[in-house]
Amino acid sequence: MSVIGRIHSLESFGTLDGPGIRFVVFMQGCPLRCQFCHNPDTWEVNAGTKYTVEELVNEIVKYKSYMEFSGGGVTFTGGEPLLQAEFILEVVKEIKKMGISVALDTSGFVWNRHVEEVLEYTDLVLLDIKNFDPLVYKTVTGVNLSPTLKFLEYLRDKGINTWVRYVLVPNLTDNYDKIEELSAHLDNYPNVSKIEILGFHKMGEFKWQELGLDYKLADTVEPTKEELLRVKEILERNGKVVSLNK
Amino acid sequence: MRQEWNGFNPGSWISDINVRSFIQHNYTPYEGDESFLVGPTKRTTKLWEDVSDLMKEETKKGIIDAETSVPSTITAFGPGYLDKDNEIIVGFQTDKPLKRGIMPNGGIRVVKKALESYGYTLDQKTEEIYTSNRKTHNDGVFDAYTDAMRKARHSGIITGLPDAYGRGRIIGDYRRVALYGVDRLIEDRLDQKKLLEKSTLGSPDIRLREELSEQISALKELKTMAASYGFDISVPAKNSVEATQWTYFAYLAAIKEQDGAAMSLGRVTTFLDIYYERDLKNGLITEEELQEIMDQFVMKLRMVRFLRTPEYNDLFSGDPTWVTEAIGGMGLDGRTLVTKSSFRVLHTLYNLGPAPEPNLTVLWSNNLPDGFKKFCSKVSIDTSSIQYENDDIMRDVWGDDYGIACCVSAMRIGKQMQFFGARANLAKALLYAINGGKDEKSGEQIGPMFAPITGDYLDYDEVISKFDQVLDWLSELYINTLNVIHYMHDKYNYEKLQMALHDVEILRTEACGIAGLSVVADSLSAIKHAKVKVIRDENGLAVDYEIEGDYPAFGNNDDRVDQIAIDVTANFMQKLRKANTYRNAMATLSVLTITSNVVYGKKTGSTPDGRKKGEPFAPGANPMHGRDKNGAIASMASVAKLPYKEAEDGISYTFSIVPKALGKDNEERIENLKGLLDGYFHSNGHHINVNVFDRETLMDAMEHPEKYPQLTIRVSGYAVNFVKLNREQQLDVIHRTFHER
Repeated sequence: MSVIGRIHSLESFGTLDGPGIRFVVFMQGCPLRCQFCHNPDTWEVNAGTKYTVEELVNEIVKYKSYMEFSGGGVTFTGGEPLLQAEFILEVVKEIKKMGISVALDTSGFVWNRHVEEVLEYTDLVLLDIKNFDPLVYKTVTGVNLSPTLKFLEYLRDKGINTWVRYVLVPNLTDNYDKIEELSAHLDNYPNVSKIEILGFHKMGEFKWQELGLDYKLADTVEPTKEELLRVKEILERNGKVVSLNK
Repeated sequence: MRQEWNGFNPGSWISDINVRSFIQHNYTPYEGDESFLVGPTKRTTKLWEDVSDLMKEETKKGIIDAETSVPSTITAFGPGYLDKDNEIIVGFQTDKPLKRGIMPNGGIRVVKKALESYGYTLDQKTEEIYTSNRKTHNDGVFDAYTDAMRKARHSGIITGLPDAYGRGRIIGDYRRVALYGVDRLIEDRLDQKKLLEKSTLGSPDIRLREELSEQISALKELKTMAASYGFDISVPAKNSVEATQWTYFAYLAAIKEQDGAAMSLGRVTTFLDIYYERDLKNGLITEEELQEIMDQFVMKLRMVRFLRTPEYNDLFSGDPTWVTEAIGGMGLDGRTLVTKSSFRVLHTLYNLGPAPEPNLTVLWSNNLPDGFKKFCSKVSIDTSSIQYENDDIMRDVWGDDYGIACCVSAMRIGKQMQFFGARANLAKALLYAINGGKDEKSGEQIGPMFAPITGDYLDYDEVISKFDQVLDWLSELYINTLNVIHYMHDKYNYEKLQMALHDVEILRTEACGIAGLSVVADSLSAIKHAKVKVIRDENGLAVDYEIEGDYPAFGNNDDRVDQIAIDVTANFMQKLRKANTYRNAMATLSVLTITSNVVYGKKTGSTPDGRKKGEPFAPGANPMHGRDKNGAIASMASVAKLPYKEAEDGISYTFSIVPKALGKDNEERIENLKGLLDGYFHSNGHHINVNVFDRETLMDAMEHPEKYPQLTIRVSGYAVNFVKLNREQQLDVIHRTFHER
């Protein structure tokens, strides 16, 4: 089968998206429009560089020894990688044969039979839950929360190891009551082995400007250490491992 | 057995001079972690404060002091101390700490110039002796240089040649003095000399007989020098402190006799560990005392100084001495050569703080104990002071008792030396191919005259074919030039002490080098994969280039260009192998620039890769700044493809990363760096300098050097105090690719 993937960029030394050294594939295209997105250049579905399955697999394989020695693997992120689930499926089928570990960094918004099949080959899902209040979620991302929660349920049913990621943006996602609810909710998910809190940063702001987009968070400040620790404390309440990525 | 050897396992080392045999029969591999290490003693801290004060003063003044009349020899000066009561390990090169000696056998003009640049005047009598009565290496070389050699040197297609300074890169087996005592070594030399009483003596025999006599006299001087400090080193060392002191005395004699560019130490820590373990086991010493010995030994190594000219400092910036110590590695029998002392020597970077010297070099193997790998990663992250080299590929070639001379040059200790050959500028050679042998800056005919390329656009096949002709010419000229230099160095500036600590029969390598490899690879890639238009001046000389389209650049793990870099390296090496070398040395090659990438760039016109006239090259085998776009590993993976068998004098790669990009917390960073090193060396990478810091730190250090007296960074093959680099080189370091995603 000759599925073509559209790829924004490749990073040979990723250390922030899953354990160990990751080969990170930034897939092109995203259905979400997160206000704090630091890669808005990955949104456009028809952009990016075209890769065949074979081309991407060949690129990944070059880095196998680094992944093995560090307990790392490949991470598909984006954009929303599962928009191109059909392409990813073909890629992961090949690389799993070689024993390469696969992680997906996703919003859990997309669902179809290809996604379902990709998950069979996935060792770790980094699930971004942008907010636990459906209204706020819609404001932040432009789409609904419910698909993400269903996605999480599916991961539990299949017993797929999951890290939940939460981006703390002052005056946007710092609704602590809902963070408490999220914490309680995750208690029902034994497959969630870790929660990562990511502090909002503005490193992507210049990209919004380059793309002529209106950056709504220009006046938003980065969260303070205290705010981050407060969220950490809430999410730790049910005994989950919580890490702070500042 | 001698009583000093009580408790040691016997082996062939007893009947023969064979330190490796002693190590293999007696060392204790250590597979644990760093938890046994201890902090500095009061004496160490006090002494280091004094040294630090002296070094601060030195940074301010340039140098602390210099000798202006008495040429340095092994016995030239009486004993020198800094604080006799607190010094466990003693001995300085001159009568005062950090005072620089003069060694005019290399060349008197260089000595004079160096002294003058610091405001000192060479004693008239000394000058007269070395001008009228005693010929120097430098004089000899220029007596024999051909016109072609002078031109190549002048145009900068071959530079950094050791024709006016000591060649260095020779490592004496300093351990022999501790293990055997000097008398036994003298006896051995006398026996060897007897073997040369043949019926017919040819000139090689005569030369060797003279050299052996020189060596014997050096060994006698070594004893005298030690005696002046109150030690009798005619007999073997009998305990930890003596073994360290004896070893240091041997090294000290070498650096009093020679001021070669790189005066490396070898591989002494695992050897010393045998004495340390024996004393520990017998309850004669504590861990505190052992660390104190190591700290103080290292302190002395940090104080090695040579007098250099400003031109030399431009090439090798930051006052390096390359007191390189090879640490760790694996034995041929599969046991690790990591011992507790491998940890102790790295721990000096905490007890005394980070420092560029000694040049601590970890011999990395995928099979090293995990505890040691983690400790090394931690030390790199904390201090940016160590470099790593691939033990798995070097052990195959050199066995398990090799050391590293200078930055990346492996040599079997006491069994091998090299004729250091600096490097040829391959980027310039490529421009000569385009300009028919004319220099692109001066227009002068330097290379052989052949038809220049006249088309508007460069054609890959045409360029390659002409480049090949230039490399034919360059390789021959290069080897001949080195032959002249080393003939004269042996004649006028022979390393008698260091060679006394070698076997009589040794392997010699003629160590050539190349600079500008990534410039050449990218240029050829641009010519092949994009279109390169030539801009010529009014005389028809190609002086600039315009690139139309994109080309794959070295450093992105892309075979389309990486293969070009491999081919260029292998091709040049192949040509060097064909040439006749002095003393039948084996030609080898390094891809290493030290800090001279800045100077080379200055001397080289615009190149077809888009690099503009005068801009620096990338250091060593590094990809050009900012052209590696797929992240850290893609960059190092390109470098790792360069074949060690075609560059057995070493392939240097310098890597800088911000702490955040290594991982979220310290534990993750240690694991990831360890994984990175394992992956790189598993992919056959040869060498890597690891720097972990933020660009902002360096920028702040440029503005406020007084805040960062010990800020150490790894440059190509060695480490420097960042604040000692000149501004141009500081900017070069800051502009280099920092992996920060």
